[in-house]
Amino acid sequence: MVTNSSSRAVGVGRLLIAVYGILALGATARSFVQIVERFDEAPLAYTLSAVSAIVYIAATVALIAPGRAWYLVAWVTICFELTGVLVVGTLSITHPELFAHASVWSLFGAGYLFVPLVIPMLGLVWLYVRRPSAVQPAAPASATQ
Amino acid sequence: MIEWFTYAQVGIAVAAGLLCVVLGLLGRPPQDLTMGAALLVEVLLIVQLIVSLAAPAFGNNPTGSLLEFYLYLVSAILLLPLAGVWALTERNRWSTVILGAACLAIAIMVYRMNEIWIVELA
Repeated sequence: MVTNSSSRAVGVGRLLIAVYGILALGATARSFVQIVERFDEAPLAYTLSAVSAIVYIAATVALIAPGRAWYLVAWVTICFELTGVLVVGTLSITHPELFAHASVWSLFGAGYLFVPLVIPMLGLVWLYVRRPSAVQPAAPASATQ
Repeated sequence: MIEWFTYAQVGIAVAAGLLCVVLGLLGRPPQDLTMGAALLVEVLLIVQLIVSLAAPAFGNNPTGSLLEFYLYLVSAILLLPLAGVWALTERNRWSTVILGAACLAIAIMVYRMNEIWIVELA
């Protein structure tokens, strides 16, 4: 089954990537609407939405693309997302006046069924499981489950 | 948007999504049943597009942002074909779960579209 050149887009990893793709699509579309229709109402929240959307796209691409460089990009973007959702999630509770307008990360992503909180954690676990040093010898055996 | 049709559509998308997720987790690769359920969800989205385009001519106008509404609708229509191609390039149990996840995302998007059409004021 392992005909794919990437060591990350296999098995359950494809599900992870699919969810990332859906999240990237949703965040991008929503941020586009926010910026086009009412950017001046909440520049901070809407800029954040746009940045998070771009990072979700980057993470999706980095998870699909093979190679060590993309592996590193995946680590950086997913860590950024996890930090973002934790920091913004906390701030949106302690300083709600900063985030009167919703962003993907407000209230730990409650508006997106907490997917933005859970998916980076699963992403980091997946990156660890499929780390380049671990998968090279074992790839054919573990990828078809 | 027609309210009963929209709720039926959300219900069918949730049912199709759960069906695919459960059968996928049970280890089934995509079959006629799961592919058919996903196809039904996609066909209903196309019907929804036609209904939404026609509705204003019958005095049924959206209360919220039309831009946001159509971004949701177009994204939802593109979602299953994209997820389907992605899922089926490696055909196993996870392909079925991916189809299910896409159907569940579509259910949420249609629900949100309904809010934009009948609840929110622009």
